[in-house]
Amino acid sequence: MRYVSITPEEKRLMLKATGVDRVEDLFATIPENLRLSKTLDIPEAASETDILKYFRSLGQKNASAEDFEYFLGAGAYNHFIPTLIDSVISRSEFYTSYTPYQPEVSQGTLQATFEFQTLICQLTGMEVANASLYDGGSALAEGVLMAVRTTRRQKVLVAQSVHPEYRRVLETYAANLDIQLQELPFTESGCVDVEALERLVSEDHAAVVIQSPNFFGVLDDVEQAIGLTQSVGALSVVVVSEAISLGLLKPPGELGADIVVGEGQSLGIPLGFGGPYLGLFASKDKYKRQMPGRLVGQTVDSEGRQGYVLTLATREQHIRRQKATSNICTNQGLCALVATVFMSVLGKQGIRELAEQNLKKAFHLRKLLGDSLVFSGATFNEMVVECSEDPAEINRHLVSEGIIGGLPLGRYFPDRSNQMLVCVTEQNSLEKINRLAEVLTSVKVTR
Amino acid sequence: MTRTSVTSILNEPLIFERSAPGKSAYTLPRLDVEDVPVEEILDSKYLRTEVRGFPEVSEVELIRHFTRLSTWNYHIDLGMYPLGSCTMKYNPKLNERVARIPSIALTHPLQEEQQSQGSLEILFRLQECLKELTAMDAVSLQPAGGAQAELIGILMIRAHLTQKGSPRRFVLIPDSAHGTNPASAVLAGYEVISIPSDKKGRIDVKVMAEKMSEEVACLMLTNPNTMGIFETHIEEIAQIVHLKGGLIYMDGANFNALMGYARPGEMGIDVLHLNLHKTFSTPHGGGGPGSGPVVCKEHLAPYLPVPQIEQEGGLYRLNSDKPESVGRVHSFHGNFGMAVRALCYILSCGREGLKELSEMAVLSANYIRRQLEEHYDLPYDTDILHEVVFSDKKQHKNGVTTQDIAKRLIDYGFHPPTTYFPLIVQGALMIEPTESHSKEELDAFIDAMIAISREAEEDPEKILSAPATAKLTRLDEVRAARSAILRWEP
Repeated sequence: MRYVSITPEEKRLMLKATGVDRVEDLFATIPENLRLSKTLDIPEAASETDILKYFRSLGQKNASAEDFEYFLGAGAYNHFIPTLIDSVISRSEFYTSYTPYQPEVSQGTLQATFEFQTLICQLTGMEVANASLYDGGSALAEGVLMAVRTTRRQKVLVAQSVHPEYRRVLETYAANLDIQLQELPFTESGCVDVEALERLVSEDHAAVVIQSPNFFGVLDDVEQAIGLTQSVGALSVVVVSEAISLGLLKPPGELGADIVVGEGQSLGIPLGFGGPYLGLFASKDKYKRQMPGRLVGQTVDSEGRQGYVLTLATREQHIRRQKATSNICTNQGLCALVATVFMSVLGKQGIRELAEQNLKKAFHLRKLLGDSLVFSGATFNEMVVECSEDPAEINRHLVSEGIIGGLPLGRYFPDRSNQMLVCVTEQNSLEKINRLAEVLTSVKVTR
Repeated sequence: MTRTSVTSILNEPLIFERSAPGKSAYTLPRLDVEDVPVEEILDSKYLRTEVRGFPEVSEVELIRHFTRLSTWNYHIDLGMYPLGSCTMKYNPKLNERVARIPSIALTHPLQEEQQSQGSLEILFRLQECLKELTAMDAVSLQPAGGAQAELIGILMIRAHLTQKGSPRRFVLIPDSAHGTNPASAVLAGYEVISIPSDKKGRIDVKVMAEKMSEEVACLMLTNPNTMGIFETHIEEIAQIVHLKGGLIYMDGANFNALMGYARPGEMGIDVLHLNLHKTFSTPHGGGGPGSGPVVCKEHLAPYLPVPQIEQEGGLYRLNSDKPESVGRVHSFHGNFGMAVRALCYILSCGREGLKELSEMAVLSANYIRRQLEEHYDLPYDTDILHEVVFSDKKQHKNGVTTQDIAKRLIDYGFHPPTTYFPLIVQGALMIEPTESHSKEELDAFIDAMIAISREAEEDPEKILSAPATAKLTRLDEVRAARSAILRWEP
């Protein structure tokens, strides 16, 4: 057993020092009838070679971005991952350390997290960001719970154009807390129905949740929605699922958002079949004591040297137990480090250029699709297309051409079963974009 | 630049302070579509001028920046990290290699099932292993951490009881429990009743029985508990709770003590969570990502999160058609990358290896306890499994506290144990060695602890001013909370 370093002779010495004859005796506090008498039905130990062979064979049963060109986004995006990232996060000092509860020997993680918090503030235009949450879905849920805590109101309006899976996570979290979730419709442009918002929102509302770019890829009328939300004293929660868009688009903070939540996967984290990803959480400064999750703050040591510690911990479960602002403990530390390296590699120029490439490539597709587009609103790198047949059929055909097509929208919107949500990133080539457009605009591709 | 030691540089500024216009660390391919100006695509009302404050640094500076930062961290590959209840075991390198195989790492969570058979097989196979290890019937790998798993487990209990008539009002939680337990119960809509521990460090069964009523939804317990003590009366406890129609939730944070020896499904547990980042060696990453599979008995299976992974005629599929499910807690399938590593670990260790891990973890903890019990106060004289809790009672009379002992350990080259937890022990020092260390390493730790107890008698000042060898001396946490500087500003 190569993960154990104790020799049989040392084991004997240790048992002797411990005062027992056999290691089994150390388990004597487990009542006899509860002790496992059979051998576990788990294979015998496999060699490194066999394990690599096995997992590679499993990989061969997948389509992956190594061999296919992806036009599938919907909350998980195939973006460029700089080589530097793996080089940094593969350092044992980062990936085999624990939560920095002992700051004197954790300054590396703490300073990097402080940089992460700063970068997220800059990207979103907000005043405070935490050290990360699990993912976009639970970040939304935590954002809504924070709004409810802060306003002491129980009603929440959620745009139907917010990522459907995020909305489902929110429903799970809110289910037993006497919170009423109400849906906010969208218009033909794909934007939130502002008139409906004006009609529905009231002084009973804790929050209004919108997403931009929204699930359909459309840039929403964030400023107007925020204005209407705040006019009744509710908090504006803005969701961002495609963080790269903020390299170019006006950030929610600049538009007055109270809370920004989102998914940071685009910031250097591989598609990874959906996780681990990175929950982003930022807010106005005045709400910081209501925030969920860990926060790193600056301070000094006893000799006056600058350093960093986990702070405002009296919000958290390990101190406050049932009165905590959230039950979260473990967050996505290493993914936050990935995003920190990513944003530092790209920098001010790179994040803009990357966002522009996404916009321009997607715009190229948009022009080719013309009348097939479903929504008239402006888009960033995703758009909804009306297909001439079942989008799943089209996707099966595209696979044979090395293309993973978009998301059949019927999965979330049954009345839109002929529509497909398509995403273009900087990873897509002109040739394949043209081919996708050709397939999507032709009548019946599968015959 | 001041070089303060040969192998580490201690005054690396924030990345923002390294920034200067004109430096860059990235390249992007040339744009291959028509270069339409942004302003012709989007109305200027949508656009920002720049991401103000974003750094501009060169590749070399960037690598040096993060490398320098990294050297200020203690980590498992450097030495023993005996944090109780955190199970800081060795993170095998093979796990990392496997998780980075491109055809495994670069798949999209929403691509068609036919194109994801490899990924689905990994999830399915891990689920089967976890069921076997725990003697439970069904699993969800969706929760991204232990706390989220607790929420899901309690919601499942709630759904089950609601269907039987009433969700009930209370959750019983021992006073030795992790803070996440009561926080999760409240999030699931319950009120918490705290159950005291008895003189042996176990749940006070008599008090528990008194508090148990038809208004109690469940008892949440950790077994072995946070004292490292097995709840010997678990069957009796389960019977009391079940008789009143309640259920048992087990926090499986300490499962590393049980593999191959005992299975929660045979102790009357209805639902539990495991932490892949503890027992199954996935790296803690400076605070995550973790993964908290929820494992349950048949009667709770209908309420598991969706989608569920099923196998049918050699094909794996995702089934979301589970009307009684509590819903979703993750945008996609949970922290898949952690599941890959955990499966790799289980297959590497094999059935005998897993059992040996638990044995060596328990042996190491007991060895430490025996060597230190004359030097440190042992609040409970009960036999332990994988971790031991001392207190600072003996040192306190010389003005030396748990905090001081922890900081002094740093000077001896060790990460401190968990401190001031569990709350039932004043000045707790909670030590969990895990199975990863050689006898020499354990002995060195023991020697360091003994030396510190001697220093407490002879030279307490040395301890009170520790650490002397870390990058920084003790940090002012009060100031941090009061000034709340949470970001850099120019």
